[in-house]
Amino acid sequence: MNNVPVMAGLILTGILFIIGVMGVLIRRNLIFILMSIEIMLNAAGMAFIVGASKWTQPDGQVMFIFILAMAAAEVAVGLALILQVYNKFKTLDADSLDKMKD
Amino acid sequence: MLSLLWLIVALPLCGFLLLAIFGRKFTKTVAGIIGVGTVGLSALLTILIGISFIAGLSHTKIYVQTLWQWFYVNGFNPSIAFHLDSLSMVFIFVITFVGFFIHLYSAEFMYDEEGEYSQFFAYMNLFVGSMLILVLADNLLLLYLGWEGVGLCSYLLIGFWYKDPANGTAARKAFIVTRVGDTAMAVGLFYLVMNFNTLNLSSILSSAQQQWPSGSVMAFTASILLLGGALGKSAQLPLQTWLPDAMAGPSPVSALIHAATMVTAGVYLIARTNILFILSPPVQTIVAIIGTLTLLLAGFSALTQYDIKRVLAYSTISQIGYMFLALGVGAWSAAIFHFMIHAFFKALLFLGAGAVIISLHHEHNMFKMGGLRKEMPVIFYTFLIGSASLAALPLITAGFYSKDEIIWFSWSSSIGNPWLWIGAIIGAFTTAIYTFRMVFITFFGDTKMKPHKKPGNLILIPLVVLAVLSVIGGFIQTPSSLGGVSIFSSFLNLTLPAVITNHFSEGFEIFFQVITVVLALLGIYIAYILYARRRPAERNKSAAANFLLYGWGFDWIYDRLFVRPIVWLAEIDRHDFIDYFYILIAWITGLGNTILKQTQTGKLRWYAMGLVIGAILTISIVLLS
Repeated sequence: MNNVPVMAGLILTGILFIIGVMGVLIRRNLIFILMSIEIMLNAAGMAFIVGASKWTQPDGQVMFIFILAMAAAEVAVGLALILQVYNKFKTLDADSLDKMKD
Repeated sequence: MLSLLWLIVALPLCGFLLLAIFGRKFTKTVAGIIGVGTVGLSALLTILIGISFIAGLSHTKIYVQTLWQWFYVNGFNPSIAFHLDSLSMVFIFVITFVGFFIHLYSAEFMYDEEGEYSQFFAYMNLFVGSMLILVLADNLLLLYLGWEGVGLCSYLLIGFWYKDPANGTAARKAFIVTRVGDTAMAVGLFYLVMNFNTLNLSSILSSAQQQWPSGSVMAFTASILLLGGALGKSAQLPLQTWLPDAMAGPSPVSALIHAATMVTAGVYLIARTNILFILSPPVQTIVAIIGTLTLLLAGFSALTQYDIKRVLAYSTISQIGYMFLALGVGAWSAAIFHFMIHAFFKALLFLGAGAVIISLHHEHNMFKMGGLRKEMPVIFYTFLIGSASLAALPLITAGFYSKDEIIWFSWSSSIGNPWLWIGAIIGAFTTAIYTFRMVFITFFGDTKMKPHKKPGNLILIPLVVLAVLSVIGGFIQTPSSLGGVSIFSSFLNLTLPAVITNHFSEGFEIFFQVITVVLALLGIYIAYILYARRRPAERNKSAAANFLLYGWGFDWIYDRLFVRPIVWLAEIDRHDFIDYFYILIAWITGLGNTILKQTQTGKLRWYAMGLVIGAILTISIVLLS
């Protein structure tokens, strides 16, 4: 573990995060948007791990466990919402779901 | 006994509180008993206190009862304190005694009328309480409290039958017109506080006497401002226009408030602060002139009225004009004497008129009445006695003694004047005509309307008592040519300065009295010829009569001079230009809303884009700075 430079780890998390953001912005399917959010979360979690290994502290690992738990909960809620949206509108296209405008 | 003085005021106020809070739960009988009873107890207590006050005159001429300190601000500490001397004694006697009989009368009068019975008595009790505060107050601030209290009650009671919008208008008119005078009075009070740092009456008067030379500007300012208040309340020129309209209220209200007590508050105020007026002779002259003009103006207006209550209203203005004339020539006790006698006979006349009106289905027009002499004998005879007293029928009526005294002093006083005297006797002449015009039209001739109900005992007893008082009340003060009894004036002169007269021989005085008597009798005779023999079926509708009917066009002038400009301004102000500033703010906010609304697209990715751009911007600011 110690052989991996911190910089490389952080660049990887940065790339992952940008991929996630781009996914959220570009993708129109709600499922993919949810997946992109998961990628962003994991990028953030990975940044914690990198930090933890640099300072050899357990706090970063703890934070990752938290993020993992939260991501699981989020997927559960998110998927349930997506199911409901699909039931109601028969579509998963984020752009055509603009009823919140009014 | 004197220490119970506070109870006289507290009883009617308690009655008011009870009726105001629980009034709707009481039956009419209970409400009537509370309303009449509290004032009755007050009247009884007044008599007892009066007896012990007169018995103790040898050692206490002034009794002051301090209840508590009202407030304390920077050395200014008015207290709630009552001041009993011979002047306030006369006033509380009239207020509680006449007030009690009018309450008794109202108990029957208002029974079947529309409006909340208990509410009526609540207002009436509040009125009596406030009026007692006014005349017993030992400082001007407390007096002002009572002053405004009676003004409020007057407003409430004129508009008691508020379902007719005209009554509401009359009530507002009374309130607003008197407010003009009250403002002057308030400024006068500020002026006195500024000069003496107190409003305690006796200390103001004594320090004014010591510090202000006669004819000084300070005394002039203070007294003319107080006079302004008195003119408004007492319906004197130029603020007299509200009183005839105030007749929209129930008749007992007219009797109590707009004839016997409240409208004479101005007379009380001037008599109470007599030293300020003596110190400024010009103002005293103004008082006398205003009194004379008012009594003439109102007397002529009364000649052409067809509404029985408006005749009495103008007559009230005219009689208060006599009181002002007396005050103006320094005949202080004569003014108060006329106030007392006037309270008796004018209350009687209003109550009699009320009884007539109510038994003729609220008919006010005298020309539709007639022949009531046989239909309602008790009311006729009491009304006749009251009218005789008002017209100053010589020797037997009280009104003769009180009015004759004023007319005599208007010339013979050291600051009197033959012109004032001429005005006063012309006034007396018109008084006799309009009074008996009213009597002849209403009670003589053929019966045009049958009364639909007979008045009961509660209405008749007050009439009889007041009629008796309107006769015997005069014998406590007679001119020197007729016995020279001076019980009343010597009692009042304990408080008020005695009138200073020029010397006239006794034959001269008798000669003047004969002129007055002849004019009064002549007036009655003219009324007899014009209205009893020749019975006009309708009022005179000539232009001159209409001019007098509408009170010399004062309402017209005030309407053009004050009401219309203010209404015009209000119309302009509807397009409030100051408001445009706020309208602009609202418009800008609305514009911002229209613009920013465009960003609310409902598109998820659009929002996410916003978040990302925001985050990037924030991070760049943090990193680059």
